[in-house]
Amino acid sequence: MGEGLVLLGVRHHGPGSARAVRAALEAARPDAVLIEGPPEADAVTPLAADPQTRPPVALLAHAVDAPGRSAFWPLAAFSPEWVALRWALEHGVPARFIDLPAAHTLARTGPDSPPTRTDPLTVLAEAAGYDDPERWWEDAVEHRGAVEEGDALAPFTALEEAMTALREREGTTGRERRRGREEPASEEGEEVEEGGESGEGGEEIEGTETEGTEIERTAEAAEEEGTAEAAEAEGSGGEAGGPEPGDGDLVREAYMRLRIRAARREFGEDVAVVCGAWHVPALRRKVTVAADRALLKGLPRTKVEVTWVPWTHRRLSRASGYGAGIDSPGWYGHLFTAPDRPVERWLTRVAGLLREEDRPVSPGHVIEAVRLAGALAALRGRPLPGLGETTDAVRAVMCEGSDIPLALIRDRLVVGDVLGRVPEGAPAVPLQRDLARLQRRLRLAPEARDRELDLDLRKETDAGRSRLLHRLRLLGVGWGEPAEARGATGTFREGWRLRWEPELSVRVAEAGVWGTTVRAAATAKAEADAVAAPALAEVTALAEVCLLAGLDDALPGVMRVLADRAALDTDVGHLAQALPALVRSLRYGDVRGTGTAGLTEVAAGLAERVFVGLPPACAGLNAEAADRMRDHIDAVHAAISLLTDPPPDDRTPAPGGAGTQGGTLAPGGTPAPGGTPAPGGVLAPGGTPVTSGLPGPGGAPAPGDGHLTLRARWSMVLRGLAGREVVGGGIRGRVVRLLLDGGELAPDEAARLMGLALSPGTPPADAAAWVEGFVGGGADGGLLLVHDERLLALVDDWLTGVPAQAFTDVLPLLRRTFSAYEPGVRRTLGELAGRGPRRGTGSAPGAPAPGFAPDPDPHRADAVLPVVRLLLGLDTAGTDGGAAPAPAHPADGDVRLEATT
Amino acid sequence: MSVSVQPMPADPIHEGAAPGAEVLRPHAEDAFAGELAALAARDERPRPPRWKLSPWAVATYLLGGTLADGTVISPKYVGPRRIVEVAVATLATDRALLLLGVPGTAKTWVSEHLAAAVSGDSTLLVQGTAGTPEEAIRYGWDYARLLAHGPSRDALVPSPVMRAMAEGRTARVEELTRIPADVQDALITVLSEKTLPIPELGEEVQAVRGFTLIATANDRDRGVNDLSSALRRRFNTVVLPLPESAEAEVAIVARRVDQIGRALDLPAGTDGLAEIRRVVTVFRELRDGVTSDGRTRLKSPSGTLSTAEAISVVTGGLALAAHFGDGVLRAGDIAAGLLGAVVRDPAADRVVWQEYLETVVRERDDWHDFYRACREVTG
Repeated sequence: MGEGLVLLGVRHHGPGSARAVRAALEAARPDAVLIEGPPEADAVTPLAADPQTRPPVALLAHAVDAPGRSAFWPLAAFSPEWVALRWALEHGVPARFIDLPAAHTLARTGPDSPPTRTDPLTVLAEAAGYDDPERWWEDAVEHRGAVEEGDALAPFTALEEAMTALREREGTTGRERRRGREEPASEEGEEVEEGGESGEGGEEIEGTETEGTEIERTAEAAEEEGTAEAAEAEGSGGEAGGPEPGDGDLVREAYMRLRIRAARREFGEDVAVVCGAWHVPALRRKVTVAADRALLKGLPRTKVEVTWVPWTHRRLSRASGYGAGIDSPGWYGHLFTAPDRPVERWLTRVAGLLREEDRPVSPGHVIEAVRLAGALAALRGRPLPGLGETTDAVRAVMCEGSDIPLALIRDRLVVGDVLGRVPEGAPAVPLQRDLARLQRRLRLAPEARDRELDLDLRKETDAGRSRLLHRLRLLGVGWGEPAEARGATGTFREGWRLRWEPELSVRVAEAGVWGTTVRAAATAKAEADAVAAPALAEVTALAEVCLLAGLDDALPGVMRVLADRAALDTDVGHLAQALPALVRSLRYGDVRGTGTAGLTEVAAGLAERVFVGLPPACAGLNAEAADRMRDHIDAVHAAISLLTDPPPDDRTPAPGGAGTQGGTLAPGGTPAPGGTPAPGGVLAPGGTPVTSGLPGPGGAPAPGDGHLTLRARWSMVLRGLAGREVVGGGIRGRVVRLLLDGGELAPDEAARLMGLALSPGTPPADAAAWVEGFVGGGADGGLLLVHDERLLALVDDWLTGVPAQAFTDVLPLLRRTFSAYEPGVRRTLGELAGRGPRRGTGSAPGAPAPGFAPDPDPHRADAVLPVVRLLLGLDTAGTDGGAAPAPAHPADGDVRLEATT
Repeated sequence: MSVSVQPMPADPIHEGAAPGAEVLRPHAEDAFAGELAALAARDERPRPPRWKLSPWAVATYLLGGTLADGTVISPKYVGPRRIVEVAVATLATDRALLLLGVPGTAKTWVSEHLAAAVSGDSTLLVQGTAGTPEEAIRYGWDYARLLAHGPSRDALVPSPVMRAMAEGRTARVEELTRIPADVQDALITVLSEKTLPIPELGEEVQAVRGFTLIATANDRDRGVNDLSSALRRRFNTVVLPLPESAEAEVAIVARRVDQIGRALDLPAGTDGLAEIRRVVTVFRELRDGVTSDGRTRLKSPSGTLSTAEAISVVTGGLALAAHFGDGVLRAGDIAAGLLGAVVRDPAADRVVWQEYLETVVRERDDWHDFYRACREVTG
């Protein structure tokens, strides 16, 4: 009533500010309430009064043609802006947003430049002798409790004076700083945050983004106001001619002044303005209309839509990646809602939470914590205990000095789980638009009936479709389910079954909290999922999905989580499970040309951990666990052979899976690292390949193996395992076999180990397990024995060497293994055995392996080439010699080839 | 009814030191008498009953600062300000204070200086051991007198805790968790009722205002004689953290090693700073479970890996180098000690250690000698 223009300078998200604003509005009873925020939002303000609306919510403005360009203005229940808005709606007073329209803000495409203005609160806090501006503001404003009786406007007047003085001091110099606007960059830029930043007294915040302005609704107002220039500028679109970014505050304040003038004409002289404290002096200043309009000339603009989206306390907090926020929304909410005794009530809530978590906390604890908080506040010279004092008190009294329960309190109370809600009538979120756009572009219309889709990932459109479907799946929008591709299989084929259900639209709307484009939302979701995933294998799977979905930006975050999980996981089984998936991702990523350098490094790290952890983990297992471990070893073995060392290590030419076949332990041409002394002569200088002898069964890796390849170290681990008595027979047998197949163990050494394992001193069950592990259990194992003469010869040699008396002891062991084979296999084995042993097997160095001729027969080798070409899908003939290194020629001719293919 | 306890003759430590003789280590209140006096003279803030200084001045005494008259107060505790503030505020609210921390985090040091600043006397001390009897916390008897004259106040030998209660001063209990559980429980009545009954005489000693108690305990020792929840509830707990930065820890280790080395007459060349830095780095990385560049997570072994252990590893290495090596501290001299400090549990810790060697140490270009030395002893 007759207060004239009331300027209420606030800190965004300050509960003290909010309380003071409400008191001031009650006292002043303005004819209209003007709030700092994008004027486009005027169209949706009535939704704030909807009974379904519950803060925290955010105003979301996004460019219509580029949903990725968007800005958020989060509002919590204790935000002064929200309080003012609700007050206006409850009292039937018009409420208007007056900041520069998002149409201008979002039209900007220039690079961001961070604001460099001195934080006004820092200066004020320093003047008051505080080192932390946050704390000063809290003591000076937020903790004022209920506004003292008397002039409800007094605090704002005092603050305005302070700000005026500050701005004068800052005056000329401060203006030089270039204020960039937050540019919701490109596709994925959900970014902008506004109102948050409260750290700097909010104005900062807006400053950064809201620069532009213009709304549909305001458009009319603008016309009559003569903001016609803005309208003209439309379409010109560029930055050209726009005000310098450095004038961000000035432009915004000019626009605000114009809006205030218009409002006073429309609603009467008595209007209240709620804005960041920093702007108050500027809005008070008398400036001619012409000068203000001149500043607003030529702002670029774009078409913008505004809606409400639900927000959460977590996203209000700084910790949540969205930046720009407040540390302790839960604490502020408490301060705002607690009718009295905020500290006592807070500590009681803390005690309640700790009790729920089964920590014994008595009322006595609460009493002592209140006392300690009070004493601390006195010691620190604060008027009331703040969050810092109460936290210290809780730690010392209730948590026995430990920080672990405090993390829980911080998560659940200080930040809090509060989730806002918006009415169903709120306009669509940009994610839906982005999806619709993508569906059009990829010609993939949503249909209610099932539809099979085969994608050829070599085609651009199909690859795009695949990525879209994978991303949607990640977001919980199950439009497509992976299915078998019909026809040809291959890594470039992908099959999907599509079906659009109506409730998927709801899912899309829900997914809107993750971002404004499908890509950005999926990225954010993947990162959040990675952090939340309980098991290592889930993170690995997520990494795979990230590759499939082309979410390169999410990959580093997921990799980081993966590396952390791997480092802390003590179960080698988990690590061993994760490794193959990771290696698969790696190869798949290569197929798609995704950058996988980080992935390689993580995989190598994972492998190292497996190497170290495997030997102890293999000891003392029961039969079942040993079987599982054997599978793990197989999986790791396969994965290792596909894994190349990360770049910093010595590069091996990475022979294909079969490349190591037939060689001796040769980490193919490992060059001696320059300048490193070769310890113990293991690495000969001058690039000589290592030809290490076979270490004894004790086989701990020798010191100085620091520069061997992953594969060489893996074989050392295996050799160590093969000789450890505490390791179960099944595992040892398997390991010997792997080494033998890899050519890392000479046949006579394998024979010696076999004899050792199957000698009378070994418990029968263990020996049986060894055989099973060595030749392979079940039906397939026997098949290998049939076709690998070398293997058969080994078993045969050993068996014929068993003394007659011992034979009866060994017989049951063999029978146990062999009885599992298919009858056909058993018969063939019998025939082979009946033919008698082939003698002269490789005891002499350089002698051919059994079943192989001494020299390659090029003629017979060439005969295989057409088949190989057919298999590899090569249309043109390669060079004859080099195409397939063909480790050896089948001595028994094509019979074998046919059998195995 | 309450009685007052006769002032005891000066405690044995004081007695042992002839006046003027140079004691090896003076009490805090003697060593820093000048600072305490300056603080008291300048201190205009309200003091709790029987406190020699206001809580604000106590905090300043521990954290250091410059007084209005230019007197410089040296910092006694270098660490988070919050820790000291909570500790002082606890004492100001009549609560007992429990200082927790791994060895080498200055628990005893802080407790002594707090007692000196609050009560001007840090000697009311109970040293906790597995053999600490209840008499050390309550009271004992002078048996000659007891037999000769029967139970009386004169035959009573008060404990430091009893004296502190009667005189409104600060009692200290060191290594609280080493004291047997039943003896610990004697503190419960003292802390909750603030009274100590003497049933033999039908009397009691009531604590007068100003009585506080500071206990210290090693929080990795919890298994030894864990505090009962009844006792725990009566303490406000402050955990003293390990040194915040690697440089601070290196400085602490280097200084202590130097002191110990001189005491042991080791022919010390102290150019082992590089090795000290490595030991500290290894300790910190394993303790924190993350490499110093913050990029790689690590498992932590079961041992405490305290600063005190780092000091002993380096001292051991110095002795090796001096007596069996060439006098220069090298990687090989510390590797064995390091292995012993890290690998406490033969199975789990060995894996942790090997993983650390393979994934972190091996990758560091200037750590090759260290890696080889560790691999040799690790086997």
